[in-house]
Amino acid sequence: MSREATADGIAIPAGGRNYINAEQGIWSWLTTVDHKRIGLMYLASTFTAFLIGGIFALLLRFELLSPKEDIMTAPQYNQAFTLHGAIMVFLFIIPSIPGGLGNFIIPIAIGAKDVAFPKLNLLSLYLYWIGAIFTVSCLVTTGLDTGWTFYIPYSSTVSQTSVIAVTFGVFILGFSSILTGLNFIVTIHKLRAPGMTFFRLPLMLWAAYATSLIQVLATPVLAITLLLLIFERSFGIGIFDPKLGGDPVLFQHFFWFYSHPAVYIMILPGMGIASELIAVHSHRRIFGYRAIAFSSVAIALLGFLVWGHHMFTSGQSELSSTIFSFITFFIAVPSGVKVFNWTATMWKGSIAWNAPMLYGMSFLFLFTIGGLTGLPLAMIGADLHLHDTYFVVAHFHYVMVGGTVVAFIGGLHHWWPKMTGKMYSNKAATVACALIFVGFNMTFFTQFILGTQGMPRRYYTYLDQFQPLHAFSTYGSWVLGAGLFLVLFTFIHSIFKGEKAPKNPWGARSLEWVCDSPPPTENFARTPTVTHGPYDFPTTVNR
Amino acid sequence: MSAASETAGPKGSPNFHVAHHFDSADTQFDAGRMGVWLFLVTEILFFGGLFCAFFIFRSWYFDSFVEAHHHLDWKLGALNTVFLITSSLTMALAVRSAQVSNQKLTSQMLLATILLACAFLVVKYFEYTHKIHDGLLPAGYFSGQGFTSAHPGVFFSIYFVMTGIHGLHVVIGIGLLLWILFRNMRGEFSSRYYVGVEGVGLYWHLVDLVWIYLFPLLYLVG
Repeated sequence: MSREATADGIAIPAGGRNYINAEQGIWSWLTTVDHKRIGLMYLASTFTAFLIGGIFALLLRFELLSPKEDIMTAPQYNQAFTLHGAIMVFLFIIPSIPGGLGNFIIPIAIGAKDVAFPKLNLLSLYLYWIGAIFTVSCLVTTGLDTGWTFYIPYSSTVSQTSVIAVTFGVFILGFSSILTGLNFIVTIHKLRAPGMTFFRLPLMLWAAYATSLIQVLATPVLAITLLLLIFERSFGIGIFDPKLGGDPVLFQHFFWFYSHPAVYIMILPGMGIASELIAVHSHRRIFGYRAIAFSSVAIALLGFLVWGHHMFTSGQSELSSTIFSFITFFIAVPSGVKVFNWTATMWKGSIAWNAPMLYGMSFLFLFTIGGLTGLPLAMIGADLHLHDTYFVVAHFHYVMVGGTVVAFIGGLHHWWPKMTGKMYSNKAATVACALIFVGFNMTFFTQFILGTQGMPRRYYTYLDQFQPLHAFSTYGSWVLGAGLFLVLFTFIHSIFKGEKAPKNPWGARSLEWVCDSPPPTENFARTPTVTHGPYDFPTTVNR
Repeated sequence: MSAASETAGPKGSPNFHVAHHFDSADTQFDAGRMGVWLFLVTEILFFGGLFCAFFIFRSWYFDSFVEAHHHLDWKLGALNTVFLITSSLTMALAVRSAQVSNQKLTSQMLLATILLACAFLVVKYFEYTHKIHDGLLPAGYFSGQGFTSAHPGVFFSIYFVMTGIHGLHVVIGIGLLLWILFRNMRGEFSSRYYVGVEGVGLYWHLVDLVWIYLFPLLYLVG
């Protein structure tokens, strides 16, 4: 009843203008300040980056089919894994969910017409493009072979590749990230519709808020680190170079002071999406709303205190290692709170067996494995054995791909009808989800086993005994790739052949489902008044 | 919204209007101010990395830092400190004049701030030239004579990076001040709307504040 009352007179009558057809032409897109258009452009851009990074991934796996040089030499392999990592981290995972889905959903979900600083939002997108051009420019010059972590002294004095161009690109991407985070924080504070209290925010927004905090607080440290690296390489300032009296471990401290929190920039939005997917498609009030909301903020804050666990073998003191190890275990607490709450939400829910829910459950399964395998890595003793092996590779792929990417694709399926006004083939989407789930586990669960057996990461070759597992992992990557391409085809098919989407295909309760699909430029005819929480589903569901 | 813009609309600021996505001029003002403060937080973290490096190397190479810092001219540093603190005063007065709709005084104060900032850069230029002439350069190019400690070059690396990035912020600040001065001369600011002046003012105070720490650390204690 309250939903009808809220919706009354707020949505603009269907059949009219929407944000996609409001203005025509490429110039109207390039100069737009509409958060929805900017979000779509972010999605297109980050997906292009995902495609490039994915091609590198498939090439890497193909090379690892056998221990010999299959398709690339050792130096080429170094370049391929570096570019795979750098493109996936800086051009895809970090900007994709905040810049794409976040931009699209956040203002609508709080009942606002736009983000707080629309022009700044467009500037963020342009900075992303400029940074991306610098970063991928190395593809046509001398490439990059430092690994995505740019460790010194290799990156400052040894490597002959385009370190400066790429680090400068990442420096610019950092500004894009900071400005997006700043924009979202102010938006969520200042632009909530009447009645939209903090505890009525969809959990996606709590996660986005926590993510934005990290983007604002951590990214400046990456900026100064990369700037110092550029100075080191071009002017020999000797702050990191041991030959000149500097300290390479200091670089690692600086780098991970950003890059560990950045791991939570990557996973927190995924957790936010998972909360939406699981609650909405279970038609059930989310279990422990406040616990999930505060655990996002707790993860964001704890994330600043654990960077040293990347450096157990780098020569930091045993005392530091012990303290970092200790704090790292605390991260498991808010993560566990979330996992249990999501599971409890499904209990006695009216679970819809559609693609978004399947992605939600895949996320839950894969993220749990990814999270739990982080614990042996947090233990100093176990980490000395597992450090820089495929165990680490498998662990962070379970979190980044099994967690974030799966949630991201699930979120795309969830909000696709809203963004495009078209439904997609649920059958094709379900098959794609199954392929991704199976292919992903084939690829990466194998790597846990390889890692425990001592297979080190970042080598183009390996001992003969590892070949069966490596080959299996490569076959898995093909299944995974096929699943991802099927996602792409499902969406393309939907654009041209999809049925028209209703306002609220999932029976969701948050504000973005009150406005039209696709929404008009101004989102709402007049500012809505919020009278209920985002997960107040009717107690009986007729289906 | 229309009622809000009637009451909150700035008198004598014809170019001002409340952006369509804000419910009132006050919300827009608050949002702008919050954005500036968040940006200042990022600046503090940005410089924080450098201060962290300073303290680490100072504790490792204490002798070098003490020896090297004698080659900085504390009198010029003190002169620059006076310039910047005075410029912070004129900046604060510019914000104040904008708040009381004194357009002429705002322009004068902004101009004074810009001139003081330029004076700072001139002094910095002479300091840098002198250092370069003496070979007091970052570690990789260091050729200073008569040093007895092992790593004076690291001190000058940190000196040049910190003061260089701070100097860059001064240059950016001059650009922002010119932009605000231009907007003020077009009559955009008044007691109803001065968020631009205040935002740049906050940034300028931060630039000043960073120098307030740089001066004693580099010039006085070393």
